[in-house]
Amino acid sequence: MASLNVATGRIDRLLAIPKQARQARLPWIPIIIMGILLICAGFAPLLAPHDPIGINMLDAKLAPGENLVYPLGTDILGRDMLSRLIYGAQTAVFISLVALGTGAFVGTTLGLIAGIKDGWVDIFISRAADAALGFPTILVAMIVVTILGAGIENIILAVALTVWARFARMIRGEVLSIRELDFVTAARIAGVSTPMILLRHIFPNTINTLMVVTSLSVGQVILLEASLSFLGLGLSPGHPAWGIMVSEGRSGILDVWWLALLPGLAITAVVLAFNFFGDWMRDILDPKMRRA
Amino acid sequence: MHRFIIVRLSQAIITLLVLSVAVFLSVHLTGDPAAFLLGPDGGQTEYEQLKKNLGLDKPLPVQYAVFLGSAVQGDFGKSHTMGRSARDLLVERIPATLELAGVAFVLTIIFGVPLGILSAVKRNSIYDQVGKFFAVAGIAAPSFWIAIMLILLFGGILGWLPTHGRGGIEHYILPAFVLSWASMAGVMRLTRSSMLEVLDSEYVKFARIKGLSEKMVIYKHALKNAVIPVLTFSGLTLAGLLNGSVVVEVVFAWPGIGRLMLQGISQRDFPVVQATVLAAGFFYICTTLLVDILYAYVNPRIRYE
Repeated sequence: MASLNVATGRIDRLLAIPKQARQARLPWIPIIIMGILLICAGFAPLLAPHDPIGINMLDAKLAPGENLVYPLGTDILGRDMLSRLIYGAQTAVFISLVALGTGAFVGTTLGLIAGIKDGWVDIFISRAADAALGFPTILVAMIVVTILGAGIENIILAVALTVWARFARMIRGEVLSIRELDFVTAARIAGVSTPMILLRHIFPNTINTLMVVTSLSVGQVILLEASLSFLGLGLSPGHPAWGIMVSEGRSGILDVWWLALLPGLAITAVVLAFNFFGDWMRDILDPKMRRA
Repeated sequence: MHRFIIVRLSQAIITLLVLSVAVFLSVHLTGDPAAFLLGPDGGQTEYEQLKKNLGLDKPLPVQYAVFLGSAVQGDFGKSHTMGRSARDLLVERIPATLELAGVAFVLTIIFGVPLGILSAVKRNSIYDQVGKFFAVAGIAAPSFWIAIMLILLFGGILGWLPTHGRGGIEHYILPAFVLSWASMAGVMRLTRSSMLEVLDSEYVKFARIKGLSEKMVIYKHALKNAVIPVLTFSGLTLAGLLNGSVVVEVVFAWPGIGRLMLQGISQRDFPVVQATVLAAGFFYICTTLLVDILYAYVNPRIRYE
């Protein structure tokens, strides 16, 4: 009976989230910004009024509001800024989603293994995570790009290499405390295999932590991707990515200031939104992390 | 204590070795250096000869040992594109990066700590709100964009400050500010939360009950304990600044290691990349090592088991 109570405690905890969430004030502004970002990313071809890479020298260097056909103006090659920003959202969401997904998957898997296995497996994974966390992300990304060359898949790899360790460390810590609970012991006595215990009994209890770490990482991942694109280490020039757009607007900053201003504003707004949302999630789901 | 230093030191050496392997392999995984140096017109005999001269006919572990041996002496070979040894280029650029990181570090401390204290002491006041906004913006806005916007404002529209290159004091203002903003935000937030915690503790309450003035309570009693975590964080900040300068150096055309590294990568100039990446990694690892040892010295509760 006791073990049953502990087991249902898990469900109570999951059900308790919406209750707490209802009590807390929802961060509406971040949610709206995130919503706009996701809609832009998902429906870019439908929403963009023009071709984001279509060059039209006749309409080059229009300031925002100067010509209502191009509400946010055009760049030095006459490409529509609004369309490029919308497609840039797609690029940012795609890269961060894949990179963060890869990092979270690898990190969580390694964290689960390190938490349940003692001995050299744990030591090896923990030390590798320490090393990855202890290294500046830009430097890691630069080494990756030097070895493999620039390109979208290498940017994703570079970002994933820098985020997996946070997941591994947090999940390992969670597993270490969960595996001592009664329901795990009960499952073990019932003859459930270790992989099954990890997957069915321990992993569901780490989902809160996983969600908090993920939402706190999105902003940093978007920033890192933008920085790498800005440095020319990612997508090829001309591609609609916010970091590249800022870099393209840099040379003519005094003349065509909106080229660098607008994508930078987009990055800042999105990162702010995710950071605030991540803080809110952490307060709701994991109050003990609040001080960290 | 000795045990801690030995464990931590061996960790640092292992990290450096792993980095050196990655850097060494970076040349071998991206193609044949001999073919790259020879160009498309080279014949087979010349190719074999060059391979022998470069030591590329030996097995990989031997090549790595040779590489490591010369790397320890700072010898990375000649830059393919700049016609000089990578070591000379590196030595020439190191002071610029160290200076910029140093100035940014000083800015981080002299603004971050007092503003954090102000935010904590006058909690929820207008200072706190402005400070919070400044910190949140510093963490969310990409540094390359802030740099360009400041160039537009102070260099272009107002014309008050130079926007690129190294020179007099005025050349340091913009790059150092951009470089330090994010770390300043971190120091501010940490000082604020640490100060709030200390102000809530029993001994501070007791100091108040004793009838000490608020000034005495804050500066004489609370501050000393509140800055301990800030000191540790500052050390790590310095390490981060040394390497965070890649973006800032590129935007402000600052002649430092970061810019040299990016030049090397974009031109596939391997000796330069190897020299700069190893130098940056070395600085980073040494700084974090020093901070950890100092911290363990100051706070004996932190030890590796």
